[in-house]
Amino acid sequence: MENRKFILLFALLFSIGMLLAACGGSGSEEGNAGSESGSNDDNSESSGGSSDFSAAMVTDVGGVDDKSFNQSAWEGLQAWGEEHGMEKGQGFDYAQSNSDSDYAPNLNRLVREDYNLVFGIGYKLADAIKDVAGQYKDTNFAIVDAVVEGDNIASITFADHEGSFLAGAAAANKTNTNKVGFVGGTDSDLINKFESGFVAGAKTVNPDIEVEVQYAGAFDAPDDGKLIASNMYKNDIDVIYHASGATGNGVFAQAKDIKNNDPEREIWVIGVDRDQYEEGQIGDQNVTLTSMVKRVGNSVQQVSNMGMEGEFPGGEVLEFGVEDEGVGLADTNEEAYTDEIAKAVEEWKQKIIDGEVEVPQTHDELDEYLNSL
Amino acid sequence: MNANRLFNILVPVISVLIGLLAGALMMLGFGYNPITGYAALWNGAFGDLYYFGETIRQVTPYIFTGLAVAFAFRSGLLNIGAEGQVIVGWLAAVWIGTTIEAPMIIHLPLAIIVAAFAGAFWGFIPGLLKATRGVHEVIVTIMLNYTALYLANAIVRNVLSDNEDKTPDVAATASLASEWFQNMTYFSRMHYGIFIALFAAVIMWFIIERTSVGYELKSVGFNEHASKYAGMNVKWNIILSMIISGAFAGLAGAMEGLGTFGYMSVQSGFNNLGFDGIAVALLGANTAVGVVLAAFLFGALKVGALNMPTEAGVPTELVDVIIALIIFCVASSYIIRWVLLRFKKEEN
Repeated sequence: MENRKFILLFALLFSIGMLLAACGGSGSEEGNAGSESGSNDDNSESSGGSSDFSAAMVTDVGGVDDKSFNQSAWEGLQAWGEEHGMEKGQGFDYAQSNSDSDYAPNLNRLVREDYNLVFGIGYKLADAIKDVAGQYKDTNFAIVDAVVEGDNIASITFADHEGSFLAGAAAANKTNTNKVGFVGGTDSDLINKFESGFVAGAKTVNPDIEVEVQYAGAFDAPDDGKLIASNMYKNDIDVIYHASGATGNGVFAQAKDIKNNDPEREIWVIGVDRDQYEEGQIGDQNVTLTSMVKRVGNSVQQVSNMGMEGEFPGGEVLEFGVEDEGVGLADTNEEAYTDEIAKAVEEWKQKIIDGEVEVPQTHDELDEYLNSL
Repeated sequence: MNANRLFNILVPVISVLIGLLAGALMMLGFGYNPITGYAALWNGAFGDLYYFGETIRQVTPYIFTGLAVAFAFRSGLLNIGAEGQVIVGWLAAVWIGTTIEAPMIIHLPLAIIVAAFAGAFWGFIPGLLKATRGVHEVIVTIMLNYTALYLANAIVRNVLSDNEDKTPDVAATASLASEWFQNMTYFSRMHYGIFIALFAAVIMWFIIERTSVGYELKSVGFNEHASKYAGMNVKWNIILSMIISGAFAGLAGAMEGLGTFGYMSVQSGFNNLGFDGIAVALLGANTAVGVVLAAFLFGALKVGALNMPTEAGVPTELVDVIIALIIFCVASSYIIRWVLLRFKKEEN
């Protein structure tokens, strides 16, 4: 008796499930018809514009107002749309992800809405881009800050070493003690690139400058960052460049602590990835000398234009450097980042562009470079 | 009895309708057409087979977390810790899935069972503290959520991977992913887990309604002291309820780890599966069938909402507000029910 009821209920549940599925299916045809006619209208409108090429992006969980990669990318895409007389939703758009599981559906959605080029912003989307790009060969994809292989995928990376070189030059111009510091996240090839560029930049400006390099071993250890910064500032280092994500927040915290106790002392932090001016604010003073910013927006705009002109760099790894304004220094803190420094940095930037300076990317290249000075 | 059943069905249906209406007013107020907005929501959830597959994918863990919370509710416990139990279940499933080699017939069930045990253990701790020391389960489970989150992050980073952000993919023999479903639904991530989820709903119904264990659990939920007086072991029933509840939540984690993602990544925050499970359980009136239906609603809302900004032009922020309004009204069905029942009691 028990058993029979049990089986009956299971059968019932199963059939409810199937019924729901069927409802979904039949609803889908209607819905599809509706949405297709709708989207066709949209398409014809947008194709009435300057071109029928369209591009869209999927954010990671940060959203388009994260003051970082996503926001910068969206601003770049908007600028690109404006350049070609498009409006949001007609020609360019974004899809926001609220959790990691949203990446794939969002990418799929944009592909199905017939966008020609879909950007994934941030390395977290690398897996999803790889899967979806394999499934839809006719759409072009681009991933920011990661390298994904595939004929229809362009990988957008940044010449961190070139930007770091400029940061080193700025630090060398600012320091009074001729001692500067570098705090890295993990001791990996990626962060070595920052380190090599920074050391090269500082030593090129002034070979007598000492650069102390320390790795915290993690990107999310502000405590360690604070400790390292505390030791560095104690040893007369007055400018610290950090390439360590959230660990760098500890560096900022320590600099602000010192500044709080002794407002006269001149110490600085150089931020990374985006303009970290706000992190350095304490009272009406600011310890952020400058930041090595990656201008994601510029890269998005450029890749969109390449796609529009039919020259989409599928399968390639693009590196945006100082030349195409992919990386550079922020000049928000005008008091500290004086015109003098800005001018010097501009000169070094020109030398990198002209090829006079070949910025080292690894420890080996750095040794070679320093010997040749 | 009949009137009661009607009442039980009516309350959630009305609250869903109120929620949709409130969302529609919201859209009207901001100058968007609620009909195109909801059409986009519908298309995003059931518009074609891809979206339907994604909806099912989202529904699967919701059924489990809904069952978990509902089961604890039945014995008078509020399991806010489903979130953490999901995380440890996910971690355990991926751990087994990535480190052990075995044929599928052993590997997959083993990974799922270990996930259930991990969740059960995470539920056992607050159950034990509640039963023996009288510590309120809400406080313990909330704290254990954070323990689970950061513990899992540390293990993913240092044990299961070499300082990376995610674990390697689970072996094919431990994967719930289904090529057949994927091909049928244009590469959605729908997986076999939905069948396990529906089966779990049947198990829950069976335990609660058809066994003496379930009878005791319910009885403890109705009145602890009367149950004790009747000779039931109240302490053991509290612990057991949290263990089973935790096991369900752990299985939700297994669905994510073995089905949807196939790996575990370092999480910057909670994924809300467990918290949404509370709303699912409340809307489903803590019954197995109700939970399954409520999970479908929540899954459809979650997946469909992603489509509203792109298809109907409703800004993402507003979509969040609308969905939150719907969930708010849905969750307050519990309040409506409670108030109505209060009035009834007073009449009597």
